Amino acid sequence: MDWVIFGILAFLCVGSVAAMIFSRNPAHNALLLVLCFASLGGVFGLLDAPFAAVVQVIVYSGAIMVLFLFAVMTINLKKGQARERKRKIYAASMILAAVLLVELAIVARKAFWPAAESVPAGAPAEPVGIGHLLFTRYLYPFEITSILLIAALVGALVMAGKKESA
Amino acid sequence: MIPSSAFLALAIVLFVLGVAAFFVKKDLLTQFMAVEVMLNAGNLAFLSLAGRAGKAEAQVIVFFVLTVAAAEAVVGLAIILHYFRQRKSVRTEDVDGLKG
Repeated sequence: MDWVIFGILAFLCVGSVAAMIFSRNPAHNALLLVLCFASLGGVFGLLDAPFAAVVQVIVYSGAIMVLFLFAVMTINLKKGQARERKRKIYAASMILAAVLLVELAIVARKAFWPAAESVPAGAPAEPVGIGHLLFTRYLYPFEITSILLIAALVGALVMAGKKESA
Repeated sequence: MIPSSAFLALAIVLFVLGVAAFFVKKDLLTQFMAVEVMLNAGNLAFLSLAGRAGKAEAQVIVFFVLTVAAAEAVVGLAIILHYFRQRKSVRTEDVDGLKG
């Protein structure tokens, strides 16, 4: 049963990103990515990470991709439509991607070589423990992240609010 | 029980697809989306390898990656929109202002 769910979710994930490579419409790309991130949330759930699964669905496919969709809708699609790359560059990038795949596979193989252990079926980490960790061991990173968010917000406001000067 | 190597394999495939999409695509917005795919593959790798180190820590890391990705998306999209307002294009080949 686990394998069936994992197979469906993995197929949705990989399939939607592959469809994104071949689709030319940015709005379709954003919607495909929503599907990919939602199914990735399901994969996180399979990994006994309920907090990450829920946050993935809400923040990634709910907030970040909707932001992308807003940007896509703001930009005039007809004018911004991109032509495909030349065939030579396309082939070269595919070869590069294949080489990267082989490299990563070798590294992963090395990482699992001593003992190909499976994930122990421990109790899923509850959000209580995550909150505890966030406010004790990871307090400084947490505060720094909040400063980063404020800086990003102010920066985006300054950039988006500027009048056209060109 | 699914071994964690299966999840790691999925993460690797997703990362490589993100890289391929980044190379193949020609408009800034879609390339930016490809970067998001790569970030997600990294998250999945973190979680799939967390069996040894503890689940809660990995989810904290995922939380941080997500927050930074949100900040990055906000600033990046603002830059792209600003560029589009000035040049009326989001094609990568038109972005050559520093080329001289």
